[in-house]
Amino acid sequence: MSSRRREPLGPYVIAWIVLLVLLGLSIVGAYQPLGAWHALLSFGIAATQTAIVFIVFMKLRGRPHLKWLFAAAGFFWLLFLFSLSAIDYATRNGFPTH
Amino acid sequence: MPPVEPGVQYADLEQQSETAQLGMWVFIATEVLFFGALIATYVLYRASYPAQFRIAGHDSLILLGSINQAILVTSSLTMVLAIRAARLADRRALVRLLLATAALGFAFIGVKGYEYARDAASHSVPVIDFVFKHGYRAPAELFWTFYFIATGIHAVHLSIGIVLVLILAARAARGAFTPLYHAPLEVVGLYWSFVDCVWFFLFACIYPLGRAGI
Repeated sequence: MSSRRREPLGPYVIAWIVLLVLLGLSIVGAYQPLGAWHALLSFGIAATQTAIVFIVFMKLRGRPHLKWLFAAAGFFWLLFLFSLSAIDYATRNGFPTH
Repeated sequence: MPPVEPGVQYADLEQQSETAQLGMWVFIATEVLFFGALIATYVLYRASYPAQFRIAGHDSLILLGSINQAILVTSSLTMVLAIRAARLADRRALVRLLLATAALGFAFIGVKGYEYARDAASHSVPVIDFVFKHGYRAPAELFWTFYFIATGIHAVHLSIGIVLVLILAARAARGAFTPLYHAPLEVVGLYWSFVDCVWFFLFACIYPLGRAGI
């Protein structure tokens, strides 16, 4: 029993249910007249789902804490990619309009 | 037989496992950049041609995309439960959960294949068979190009995951893993769940578009 106490089932099942509920929210939200907020809702839900999977399924909580640094590194560099691309997009008039 | 001694460079099996997992996190960081570049391109084009992306996105099959997300989320659960079974020394549950994970992976690929067939039937395959229908202009083809490249690369990643999980299942059936030694399960589990996360973002890019009116 002691080993079972150290390996609880609950967090995994709860995370799975929450992920499915978020999927449902994403689908329902898609059909609501939210205008420009649609993108924020869709990507916000995707980011929340990813955070849940990273923390619960991929066990970012707990040792070794160095994992956080490794996990954050990719997203840190992604920030450069997105911000520099956004600057280019905002300052260039090259895109034809359709 | 599972190794009972760690490699010479490690203090114990736990440190060896943690090192292997950190290695997978480094690989995942490169994958974040790989898929991130793809999605950054998508964001720039969507911001440039919002109406065309809504029109094209409305023709994607949200029911199949949603079913596939539910399948993937469930497969991540079975994968993590398989690792739990290894920690509890429950070999039968471990093998069954790994096989269930692989089966869910196959189910995803099957649904995706059916979806591709439906997309092809509606002439939405850029370059090969693309018809400019109801309000489509050139950027609509960009949307479908992103759709096939992104979901195709994701499917390749998932297929690699299925092979890895099946190899683990065969090793698990032979008793290769113990509560002390199951690092390969942890490492493949990280990969599998990450591929699941990629789908969350691809779903957000593709399926909700244009549902509330174009």
